[in-house]
Amino acid sequence: MRKQFILTAAAAALLANGAWAARGDDGHVNILYWQAASILNPYLSGGTKDIESSSLIIEPLGRYDENGNLVAWLAEEIPTVANGGVAEDLTSITWTLKQGIKWSDGTDFTADDVVFTAEYCMDPNGGCQQETKFADVDTIEALDPHTVKITFTVPKPFPYGPFTGGESPIIQKAQFLDCMGPNAPTCTEANFGPHGTGPFRVTEFRANDVISMEANPNYRDPNKPAFASLTFKGGGDAASAARAVLETGEFDYAWNLQIDPSILSSMAEAGKGTVVSAFGTGVERMMVNLTNPAADLGEARSTVEGGPHPFLTDANVRRALSLAIDRVTLSEVGYGDAGKPTCNVLPAPAIYASTANDECLVQNVDLANQLLDEAGWMPGSDGVREKDGVRLSILYQTSTNAVRQDTQALVKQWWGDIGVETELRNIDAAVFFGGDQSSPDTFQKFYADIEMYTNLFNGTDPEAYMNNWTCDEIPSPANNWLGNNMPRYCNPAYDDLSVQLSKTAAIEDRAVIAKQMNDMLMQEGAMIPLVHRGRVSAHINTLGGIKLNTWDSELWNAADWHRVK
Amino acid sequence: MLNYTLRRLFFAVPTLLVISFLIFLLLDLAPNDPTGNLPMTIPPEVREKIRISLGLDQAIHIRYIKWLEQFFVSEPLHVLEQWFNISIGDSESRVRVQSWATRSPAFDLIAERMPQTLWVVGMSYVVGILIALPIGVISAYRQYSWFDQVGSFISMVGFSVPTFFTGVLMIVVFSVKLEWLPSIYDTTLEVVDLDSFWLQFKQMIMPVMVLGLFNAAQLSRFMRASMLDNLNQDYVRTARAKGIREKSVVLLHVLRNSLSPVVTVLALGIPTVFGGAIITEQIFRVNGLGQLLIIGIQGADIPLVQTLTFIFAILIVLFNLIADVLYGVLDPRIRYE
Repeated sequence: MRKQFILTAAAAALLANGAWAARGDDGHVNILYWQAASILNPYLSGGTKDIESSSLIIEPLGRYDENGNLVAWLAEEIPTVANGGVAEDLTSITWTLKQGIKWSDGTDFTADDVVFTAEYCMDPNGGCQQETKFADVDTIEALDPHTVKITFTVPKPFPYGPFTGGESPIIQKAQFLDCMGPNAPTCTEANFGPHGTGPFRVTEFRANDVISMEANPNYRDPNKPAFASLTFKGGGDAASAARAVLETGEFDYAWNLQIDPSILSSMAEAGKGTVVSAFGTGVERMMVNLTNPAADLGEARSTVEGGPHPFLTDANVRRALSLAIDRVTLSEVGYGDAGKPTCNVLPAPAIYASTANDECLVQNVDLANQLLDEAGWMPGSDGVREKDGVRLSILYQTSTNAVRQDTQALVKQWWGDIGVETELRNIDAAVFFGGDQSSPDTFQKFYADIEMYTNLFNGTDPEAYMNNWTCDEIPSPANNWLGNNMPRYCNPAYDDLSVQLSKTAAIEDRAVIAKQMNDMLMQEGAMIPLVHRGRVSAHINTLGGIKLNTWDSELWNAADWHRVK
Repeated sequence: MLNYTLRRLFFAVPTLLVISFLIFLLLDLAPNDPTGNLPMTIPPEVREKIRISLGLDQAIHIRYIKWLEQFFVSEPLHVLEQWFNISIGDSESRVRVQSWATRSPAFDLIAERMPQTLWVVGMSYVVGILIALPIGVISAYRQYSWFDQVGSFISMVGFSVPTFFTGVLMIVVFSVKLEWLPSIYDTTLEVVDLDSFWLQFKQMIMPVMVLGLFNAAQLSRFMRASMLDNLNQDYVRTARAKGIREKSVVLLHVLRNSLSPVVTVLALGIPTVFGGAIITEQIFRVNGLGQLLIIGIQGADIPLVQTLTFIFAILIVLFNLIADVLYGVLDPRIRYE
């Protein structure tokens, strides 16, 4: 440690003199993720901690920068229709790889590795967790050692699924050759220490605890990374991770500090570190159940066959519920720097953000009451509105999480002000999001009136995300509840837009359609968006080069990280 | 005695089998899912395929029998092969108990973490005993003195204040305010010289003391009660009447007789040392077995949790037996025939 400290000081002095630092000059860097990495193969684990830790080692062909733009990484450039990389009919894309790139074991990186990566993930017996990245891929072939052509079965207006972003990096063929299909999980050694092209390589991997890494001697830029070694520690909780950077300075970088905003800002006052935040696509939203969740329906509960919801199908009720919520307060109380009020499920990238629904940004209890009065929902003797014997009584469920329970309590109070009775329920996240067929408490089964969680999409293209709310995606016993359309929203006009989006290539036109889809969902009240959620991380003041990226791995530019004086 | 021990060992086998089946059922029926913690961007169809690749589509009795085979056949064979550097049968295709989250053998994860748990939690147990015994003895000998009152107060506080509070309190005082000690346990640190020993010592102080004080609070009450029982016995009066020095009366006669129930309690507590300290390990980020268990539970890593809990069950059954046998050894009045 002491030697590293001296090295660090020396490097800082060099930088101060304006000299360019060489590889390894800045000593050691400590990264803290409060969820520990289990495996360094993102194809076998979709967990953020595993994807981001492995992004220090293995890299994709192209990735997103901090502004959400695609940048070439292991490729010469991003293929487009304009530069001839993408076929006119949108059914194929051809990547040209950079020359002279080597794996950390010294062998050459070639198109064969890229082809192999696709075969590895597309093997039906492998249980690959990033399979959607390779959706509609027909063939992948190496035209020459530095050219890869991907052909799709359908026209792909956004052909950047395979090999872009931290979820789809290239793994080395030689190392994973015997790890195909059912053998994938047994290759412990490869999964714990993949050879990579990235700035670091593994020296020791302790599952669910800590990864020790050193600078990759074969990294393509001879002056990078600035750090000779790196520790990626995991485990614990977000609050103590924040403390280790902001108050004690033991660690240089801490990830995803979703804790009480007031605690975080008081920690930052110690002056040792800086809190950074950035916004991606995540939106905390309420899903409105448009079908009837009544328990006496048995199997038909919360399905289209079970019939419409007794009162949430009334558009006035949905609008009133949304208007009664003070989103500014919600985001300040629960999220601080990491949240801002929103009225869209598609709030970003900027080109896709609609302004047509901004009515909900300001709480309006009077208008909400007026809407309900006009619709004939009159307060009963206990103050709860009712009509034709139906009471506005809502079961509101979400996962167990301090911020979500605060939000629930606030919303219950506001809904009380407009004569809506609310019963709150929270379910352990592993159960709620678990999708266990035998559990009645999953978010897919949705045996409640309202449920709340955050959803988002990777990268910058919203097509797959917006397709979540087509009629086909409605979860039901027939499809084993495997669907993303939680509100059970079904509108042929929306499905038409979805088809149209899949045939449109120009980004401006895609934005128009995506906005229309967002507005349709919002104005018909299938969802009640609450807070546009950002990512909050913290770094110590002596760590430079941080560009917090919500579109890709947070550690995407670790090669550029360095010590500042 | 040997007969008794063998009989007990024999009966432990069906007990453990029933326990293993109960653990398996409990974990299987719990509404938890290994894909539950994956990001929302992974669609449900892919999640279903992941479940199938983990073997979750098979019937419960098949999965149980497979686990039994892996635990009782594959793992011991693997250990034998490692020890004697030989290969028995078809060792290439033998499936060991695989953790779902890391896709690596669960026993390797356990073996990797055992040393830290034994060091930190074991040390805290030793520290706890070293603090508790003298306090218990003095408190009993000077019953209702100021020492006894203060001791009682501290052990009550120590026992009722949870470690997640004392742990964080210590971090705030010693790491944040005073900056004397690290708040995060560096598990990669290797002790090679005095400097690294000093670092290891510094990083162990807080977790060991937090746990040690908690253990001491419990044990000192036990020691005190047991001493009090004996101090009023006739043999003590006889010893004093014979003119034996007070020091010998207390330390030789009373203490030895009072220790036998305490030793039993100590033996029964040893499995919890192996079990690690879930909360303390999590707070200080010590990579022990307790932390492994909690990560396994959170990620629904069922084979790992099943294996860990079952090992704990074996240890508990074993140390119960050891405690019983020790009791007989320490107290000649007790005979198992």
